[in-house]
Amino acid sequence: MDPTTQDEQTAADQPVAECTRPTTSGTRQLPPATGRTAEEIRAQRAARNARVSSTVVTLGIVSLLTDISSESVAAILPLYLTTALGMTTLAYGFVDGLMQGASALVRIAGGWAADRGDHPKWVAFAGYGLSALTRAGLLLTTGFVAITSLVAIDRVGKGLRTSPRDAMIAASSNPKNLGRSFGVHRMLDTVGAAVGPLLAFVVLWLLPDGYHTVFVISFGCAVIGLAVLGLMVPDLRPRQASWLGAHQTRSERKLPSCKGCTCSDGAVPTLTERPFSWRFVTEPALRRVLIVAGVLALLTVGDGFVYLSLQARDGFATTWFPLLYVGTNIAYMLLAIPVGRLADRVGRAKVFVAAHAMLAGAYACAAVGGASATTTIAALALLGAFYAGTDGVLAAVVGQRAAPAVRASAIGTAQTVVAVARMAASSAFGVLWYTLGRQPAIVWVGVLLTLALPVCWFALRGIDRPGPAVLTSDEVAPAR
Amino acid sequence: MRRLPPRALALVGIVTAVVVGVGGYVWWAARAHQAASGAAPSVASTSLESVLAGPHILFRNTLPGAQYGLVAAVPLADPTGARAFTDVACDRLYHAGDYTSCLRTVRGVATTFEADLLDSHWQSVQTWPLPGIPSRTRLSDDGTLVATTAFVTGHSYAQIGFSTETKIHGTDGTDLGDLESWTFLVDGTPFTTADRNFWGVSFIDDDTFYVSAASQSAGKTWIATGKISTRTISTLREGGECPSVSPDRSKVAYKKVQRVQDGQKVWAYAVLDVGSGTETLYPVTEGCDDQIEWLDDTTILYGMPRADEPATTDLWSLDIATPGAEPQLFIEGAWSPSVVRSGS
Repeated sequence: MDPTTQDEQTAADQPVAECTRPTTSGTRQLPPATGRTAEEIRAQRAARNARVSSTVVTLGIVSLLTDISSESVAAILPLYLTTALGMTTLAYGFVDGLMQGASALVRIAGGWAADRGDHPKWVAFAGYGLSALTRAGLLLTTGFVAITSLVAIDRVGKGLRTSPRDAMIAASSNPKNLGRSFGVHRMLDTVGAAVGPLLAFVVLWLLPDGYHTVFVISFGCAVIGLAVLGLMVPDLRPRQASWLGAHQTRSERKLPSCKGCTCSDGAVPTLTERPFSWRFVTEPALRRVLIVAGVLALLTVGDGFVYLSLQARDGFATTWFPLLYVGTNIAYMLLAIPVGRLADRVGRAKVFVAAHAMLAGAYACAAVGGASATTTIAALALLGAFYAGTDGVLAAVVGQRAAPAVRASAIGTAQTVVAVARMAASSAFGVLWYTLGRQPAIVWVGVLLTLALPVCWFALRGIDRPGPAVLTSDEVAPAR
Repeated sequence: MRRLPPRALALVGIVTAVVVGVGGYVWWAARAHQAASGAAPSVASTSLESVLAGPHILFRNTLPGAQYGLVAAVPLADPTGARAFTDVACDRLYHAGDYTSCLRTVRGVATTFEADLLDSHWQSVQTWPLPGIPSRTRLSDDGTLVATTAFVTGHSYAQIGFSTETKIHGTDGTDLGDLESWTFLVDGTPFTTADRNFWGVSFIDDDTFYVSAASQSAGKTWIATGKISTRTISTLREGGECPSVSPDRSKVAYKKVQRVQDGQKVWAYAVLDVGSGTETLYPVTEGCDDQIEWLDDTTILYGMPRADEPATTDLWSLDIATPGAEPQLFIEGAWSPSVVRSGS
């Protein structure tokens, strides 16, 4: 046996030694949750409360460090460009536009590469590595073109790593507490997003021209994050694991029978011959999820407008305007785990749709007359709840429905659908904003969103039942 | 004792190396900053009262040291001579009448931005919050109106894109509102497209002003004139940003994209003769991002960042009456100049 393969598989905790050992997807073999006995219910509750996989926590720490790195730079980049480098106002707008556009489409590519090669860890590593390199680049350059390119490359890195990472979270979690696993990851991730800007501002407070100090700290955090990912996260092989889970005997694995052999003696066969297929997009349940997520995203106009609307009437929101997004992040951070648990208990698709009611609530706060500090804080809390109930929960819904062999692509596709639809929504809303005025525009979108909610709720019923994962993984296994 | 697995050992090694490296850099940067701020000003300094008594130029001092970012003054007759420092920090400033408008970054764990209106004793009269990084400020000549422009920033992955907010206040405390809500006429017809931005007000009198207008969807910028009494902004010329009217009101100077080379805009300063409508371009070599100030009716002043020293800027002057005149270094380590032609 090839020693490298052996090492990787041991590190990846793969079921090569015993055929019957539950694989990462093996827990799917639990009986479906219908007609449950008291014992089954207890077992399910135990599964929900079971510890979150250490891989998920490690990935959360990687995200935390990377988010400190990227958010600290993002928070001071406008100041750096305009104050220290003296760039023009419109130049900054260009940088900002690049930031938004670059990451959306790479996500599908990242997911595809992760599924195709069956090494999501190394695709994610490439994404994190690319972003880390841009931090080093910021230290070396002051040119406008160079900085805009670095910003774009950073976004490409973010796009690349997101879906492989989410697929790894799905692959290493118990399906029963998938929502909580994503919640734990997103909580850690958001801690980084809240700490990053504050850290950067403290550095600039103490060292007024300390932009390079922020970049050095940011680079350091990115390198440590990359090292944690490279050294501590197992090289999960979701496709291989699902194949091994579905083929439990030596004969099923097309290995010659021999006396006294365990079922995995001898190389795992034909690992390179897993055909990857985009057919998951036509799977009716997944398609429903994608359509509903897309429709709801089309009615999600971007926090910026909510903040602007609050700022137009409330002195509190004006003073803190540059930091309102930190408030949203703090709410998201606090709510990620509780909402993930709730999603595991009552159904992830239900929570996903219901979270958009929180968004409608935030719109209402932004639209009501006589805004005050209370409405502003309520709006931030509602936005935080909206993110807690959508970002990780959507990945959990898709990760649970999609077959392991196409999971990263499916998650990447869902995230791209949402990102592109939200971008379209924001530009369209911009038109509405000026033609109707701020308040009517927000009210309109809020009403449309409220009308869409029951329809989406109805469209997603039944999605939370376990998907045909084992069957599908059979489908993509070699036919031979 | 059980030995750590090699991977964990490698991680400990990397983390140690990074922490030591970053820690070392932060320590070095902090020491460098301490040394710089403890040092005496690198230029001769003089008493504030004597400089302010005569005609002078106020500006933001950007020479490294303890006075970095503070408002400084030099006599108009001797701009390279000894400078006098106030204890007021501003990112952008302007002075007219009895008031100084000062836009600043309020640093802290939570960094925010504010506009501060100061009286002739440098005491704060009014402050109001800004939604982002300070950009421009101007007062009308008699000091009754103040205009401020700030970027709308703060949301790290902002979905709203680039945007500025420009407001006009009376120095008596009245709020004349956000220019975006005013009627905007392009070539005489109301402009209905979604996005519009206004920045860089330059007052002609207490009712009319020049301002730059832009629409990203239309892909255009304009030099426009605004009228406070009718709350209307009408475009004057296409192209150009950040107008500044000359003291005798006969000319407007602004920056303008001359051409696009290798995807980068090549800027020039332009001076428009208001009476004849003739525009003259003055090429500059580097990117410029400052609202021009007039030293007198034939000389413009503008700030430029130093290419090799981030955060340090210089003021340059350009004689627009002499054809082929080269820009001259006017004041070293300075930004956001405001020429005060009569002393207090």
